[in-house]
Amino acid sequence: MTTLPPASPKKLGLVIDLDTCVGCHACAVACKEWNEGGDFGPLLDQDPYGKEPSGVWFNRVHSYAVEQDATQGASRELTVHFPRSCLHCETPACVTVCPTGASYKRAEDGIVLVDADKCIGCQLCSWACPYGAREFSMERGTMQKCTLCVDRIYNETLDEEDRQPACVMACPTRARHFGDLGDENSAISKLVAERDGYALMPEYGYQPVNRYLPPRPRRDGCGTSTDPASIRGGESGQNEILDRDKLPGVLRWLDRALSR
Amino acid sequence: MRPTFSIILFTVLSGAGYGLLFLLGLSLTAGTPTEIFVVRGVGGSSIALDPRFGLGVALATGFLLTSCGLLASLTHLGQPWRAWRAFSQWRSSWLSREGIASLVTYVPMAAIAILLFALPDAHLGLRLCGAALALGCIATVFCTARIYASLQTIRAWHTRYTAANYLMLGLFSGALSFTAVHVATLANGGLWVSAHAVALVAVLLGPACALLKRAYWRCIDALPTLSAGHATGLDLLGEVRSFEQPHTEENYLTHEMGFVLARKHSRRLRAIAFWLLLLAPIVVLPLTGWIGLPIALLLCMSGIFVERWLFFAEAKHAVMAYYGR
Repeated sequence: MTTLPPASPKKLGLVIDLDTCVGCHACAVACKEWNEGGDFGPLLDQDPYGKEPSGVWFNRVHSYAVEQDATQGASRELTVHFPRSCLHCETPACVTVCPTGASYKRAEDGIVLVDADKCIGCQLCSWACPYGAREFSMERGTMQKCTLCVDRIYNETLDEEDRQPACVMACPTRARHFGDLGDENSAISKLVAERDGYALMPEYGYQPVNRYLPPRPRRDGCGTSTDPASIRGGESGQNEILDRDKLPGVLRWLDRALSR
Repeated sequence: MRPTFSIILFTVLSGAGYGLLFLLGLSLTAGTPTEIFVVRGVGGSSIALDPRFGLGVALATGFLLTSCGLLASLTHLGQPWRAWRAFSQWRSSWLSREGIASLVTYVPMAAIAILLFALPDAHLGLRLCGAALALGCIATVFCTARIYASLQTIRAWHTRYTAANYLMLGLFSGALSFTAVHVATLANGGLWVSAHAVALVAVLLGPACALLKRAYWRCIDALPTLSAGHATGLDLLGEVRSFEQPHTEENYLTHEMGFVLARKHSRRLRAIAFWLLLLAPIVVLPLTGWIGLPIALLLCMSGIFVERWLFFAEAKHAVMAYYGR
């Protein structure tokens, strides 16, 4: 059923500390490894050992340079590594747009999952998600996404301390925390309150459960909050870079013809 | 967004098909003459024509256009044999509603075919089925448009123009196709409405569609772009620049949502679509008469194809902000 279940008091999710993340990609690799053999796997690749490998990953780690306003003195840059995965939203559009009921939100703990046996591979859910949480498997013809390691966290064959998502277990700097964000007294809810954890792009109204902890200011003052200057530019395409060699033949011809 | 050929083909063909069937439904609602009429042919010979012939050809053309479109849309799916599952989630999903509306619209189509050829005297039945067909066509095209218009993540689609564009362009191409069937089957006089009247509708719709597209393009050009700073929430700390991508090669997201070609050439492509939509009916038809009808139809369909390609290819998805693109 792709209509959403009533809001559950239990909201399992992740808290990601952008202060301590070092961008090592261990979370992404551990996730890929666990889910390759997990209940929701495999996570197949195309051309895995070839020239242009690609495939499904549930976790992607971006790296950004945050430049502090030059007017405050010399220009200083802060490096921020940013792991991006499913935020297990409370009212996710990826679930409601699904025409088959394959995409669903669990009533008991809020985890958003895809039933691979029902998915028709229309890819509309990936269009509906602003966070890029869903990736389509060309090999399987169905959509795949982060399961919050639902096959680990309730897995009684694992030791109690191992019943956590693979990404959380793998993180060498403990930048990833797992828990119930619906419970105010849980350790991770306290962490969010203490460190001013924030949700990504709340304006969409999908109410992400996961929270990000902002980088702490550096000793030299780098990383202190300034005014947001978030929206700029236009969708004109004039400043974008197009790699013509990567286009298929017909489009390469089209680009050449239109560039004349 | 990557312009997928199957989806473009689906929306263009089914748009024309539902436009044609909508007009057919309307003309049936207004009444169906069933008397055999005589057309004077070349050299004084006369041919007796059954008006049901023209109606039947129009119905079959609409059926073929919409069915080919729907079949084309199936090829977009990763698991096309499971497509039947898409009829289940009409409570929340516009895609599911579109599937149901398209299926339900086949019912009046079949009923009209049966009534026309088996029970030609059932005038009331034909009128009711005609009305049901017209409603089904509007509902299906509206649901198609809503699939795109309801996606907040793609701002160029999340506008009030999207539904109007789909309905108007479907009606425009449908009106030209209807005129073509009308003239080709010599149904003039057999239908309540003359070919001239439908052609006039098409002639008026062409410029209307072109102007609507121009207003849409103006609207999407004014949309602000999402930055990496906003997407990550790091804009509170300063200017955010992506210096390393999460992966060295393309992935599904950058392949599907990082399509740049159309925005690079948007000016030229928009001009092509605009002039094709504008000129197809108002220049070709009055200059050449009915002989130019296939040319007008070809220009119109090409214009809509370019327009639809641009609709998909120009649109930018929010997730690309994370990639700094």
